[in-house]
Amino acid sequence: MAVPKPGRVAYVNARLLDPASGLDVQGGLLTEGEEIIHFSEGLFAGGHVPKGAEVVDCGGACLAPGLIDMRVQLREPGEEHKESMLSAGRAAVSGGVTSMVCLPNTDPPMDDEATLEFVARRARLNELAKVYCYGACTKGLRGEELAELGIMSDAGALAFTDGEKAIASAQTMRRILAYASTFDLLVMQHPEEPTLAGGVMNAGDLATRMGLAGIPREAEIILLERDMRLVAMTGSRYHAAHLSTAEGVEIIRQAKARGLRVSCDTAPFYFALNELSVGDYRTFAKLSPPLRSEADRLAIIEGLRDGTIDCIASDHSPQDQDTKRLPFSSAAFGAVGLETLLAISMELVHNGQLSLLDMLARMTSAPADLLGLEAGRLREGAKADLVIFDPDRPWQIVADKFLSKSKNSPFDGRPVQGRVLRTVVDGRTVYPQASSSRPAAHA
Amino acid sequence: MNAIPFPDYRHRHLLGIEGLVPIEVTALLDRAEIYAQRNRSPDKFSEEMRGRTVINLFFENSTRTRTSFELAAHRLGANVINMTVGSSSVAKGETLIDTAVTLNAMHPDVLVVRHAESGAAALLSQKVNCAVINAGDGAHEHPTQALLDALTIRRRRGQLGGLEVAICGDVLHSRVARSNIHLLNVMGAHVRLVGPRPLIPTGAQALGVEVFHDMREGLKGVDVVMMLRIQMERMQGNFFPSVREYFRYFGLDREKLALAKPDALIMHPGPMNRGVEIDSDVADDFERSVIREQVEMGVAVRMAVLEILAANLDHTESTSTLEKR
Repeated sequence: MAVPKPGRVAYVNARLLDPASGLDVQGGLLTEGEEIIHFSEGLFAGGHVPKGAEVVDCGGACLAPGLIDMRVQLREPGEEHKESMLSAGRAAVSGGVTSMVCLPNTDPPMDDEATLEFVARRARLNELAKVYCYGACTKGLRGEELAELGIMSDAGALAFTDGEKAIASAQTMRRILAYASTFDLLVMQHPEEPTLAGGVMNAGDLATRMGLAGIPREAEIILLERDMRLVAMTGSRYHAAHLSTAEGVEIIRQAKARGLRVSCDTAPFYFALNELSVGDYRTFAKLSPPLRSEADRLAIIEGLRDGTIDCIASDHSPQDQDTKRLPFSSAAFGAVGLETLLAISMELVHNGQLSLLDMLARMTSAPADLLGLEAGRLREGAKADLVIFDPDRPWQIVADKFLSKSKNSPFDGRPVQGRVLRTVVDGRTVYPQASSSRPAAHA
Repeated sequence: MNAIPFPDYRHRHLLGIEGLVPIEVTALLDRAEIYAQRNRSPDKFSEEMRGRTVINLFFENSTRTRTSFELAAHRLGANVINMTVGSSSVAKGETLIDTAVTLNAMHPDVLVVRHAESGAAALLSQKVNCAVINAGDGAHEHPTQALLDALTIRRRRGQLGGLEVAICGDVLHSRVARSNIHLLNVMGAHVRLVGPRPLIPTGAQALGVEVFHDMREGLKGVDVVMMLRIQMERMQGNFFPSVREYFRYFGLDREKLALAKPDALIMHPGPMNRGVEIDSDVADDFERSVIREQVEMGVAVRMAVLEILAANLDHTESTSTLEKR
């Protein structure tokens, strides 16, 4: 799989976007080898490109730091029929994602140094999007015994979580937070009180009419409120994944105001869809946490707008047909999201709810800062992880065309605006796959 | 009534270090110093406690401490009875009081008590007429251990005041740590606690110590490194993930020790878990490890405490709420 080292590449005629510095100008960017060596307003405007440099004409499209998707389920090792590092890597770069941070719920789970190193080694072979990992909080993700957080952190785990499982026991959570704070590590919770989360969709009148067991919003509220007490008690760093309720946003808002070291993210599902999407028993819209009411959806957008919600992550959860084409209650939770992350998030921009830079910050500099990644910024000397996209180009999501092995998307058929034209990792164009310098054709 | 034989220590019992003042600690250490020297001579036995009865009442298994007290009492000419009582699972309080009343009827002079529950020695002291020595109660205090640690340090460094002492490991469950904190603080040393956050009790700073979660930081420039025993069986998975992770970040090895003063003393109350909280290489370093000396000082300290409490017995008030003898 050895790829020749890239030479000099001049990206001309681009709209340079750097959310961290607020840069939004027409200009150009020059990479050499794996790194950005120069970029500025008006660069290459006169057509003066360094000798020998390959020229990529962005045609006025946006050039931004590659996206960091801080919540991806890789399924490898263990469930390669649903997704593999290669298929997830291809899906990621086609969606403009240059770094994925993966949940530890593989088989075996990433609860020790050896599994983390195996994943890191396998991921390097693909040379697509970069793969980073969370370590498990507890051994075997069982929510009981502490996993080796210190050793895993030294082995490269960015933060710690039991993935899709909440840490249910308050005493266990207290000890995880206390132990993690020994090394100032970040703990990421799936905020759903498990004994309340036994249902299959949002609790409410729709669930009643459909005859489906509900997951009350209190499942999220109660766990977040409990965790805020434990965070205050232990002084540790805490991140709440995929907020879905208005109250959840409010709890984090108040915790931040009190000075707790907390952060949170949400997934496009929770600001682009509401519970009505599961009408007609559409299992592709069966998510964990479940899609909530319209008022919740609007509250999530407000949380993004006022900065309470720090990050947007795809919460990419590949499921095969066997686990989704089932009666609603039997079907698996989760939806793929790598390939729709940017396009759906662009809806916030087109609807005037978030500026383009603010939206991009939530999937570039914000997750990078949170997880301590050297990525997510346009900076001279930084690795050239870039995305070139046309913010306005309309297209229709067709799940069958996804590069991911799994096609379980609730956005299938949705018309969207905003198309990834090219993705660059370490100075190499990784999407579109052919090593041409021509931007991807309208797909 | 004659003058009190040891006027600088006037308590009926030794239930803990907390509340003692420097003159009292010094009185105990000075007396122990005499015995430390005598214990190295061929003539170890004397008659200071002739006719006295000491009962070692141990509700928790302990060979080292019990043997140390037993030998101390023998060397002073006392009669010693050992009682090892298996802790019953129910109604411990009731059993303890019943036992106390029974033993009290036999008129011992000193009762040496170890119990798995904090406050057990204090409770017992309210039910007997004799002097009570706390030989370890739960996670509360182990005063003779702190005294023997202090004597060991004092003999090596001349004094306790002004020293930087790092107490490392499972402070949460440690009575040794609590007694040492009180003693070192009252004698003017500066105490640092070092350990993973779950093993440092909440609000430890209120005891007048400085807390470190990074052992390298915590050991920087210290005069004394006191390691605590990790109870692997009940701790692993709950308070820390594994022995190897514990050892990597909180085990005392050459590399971490290099940050302490070059002549820093290494201490451990025993029994040691080699390769868990301490590397053998360090534990057996006879230039700096004073672990064996601690055991030696244990006998001397216990002789001093037994002697002083027994000698003062007729000059101090019984604290029994039952009957006066």
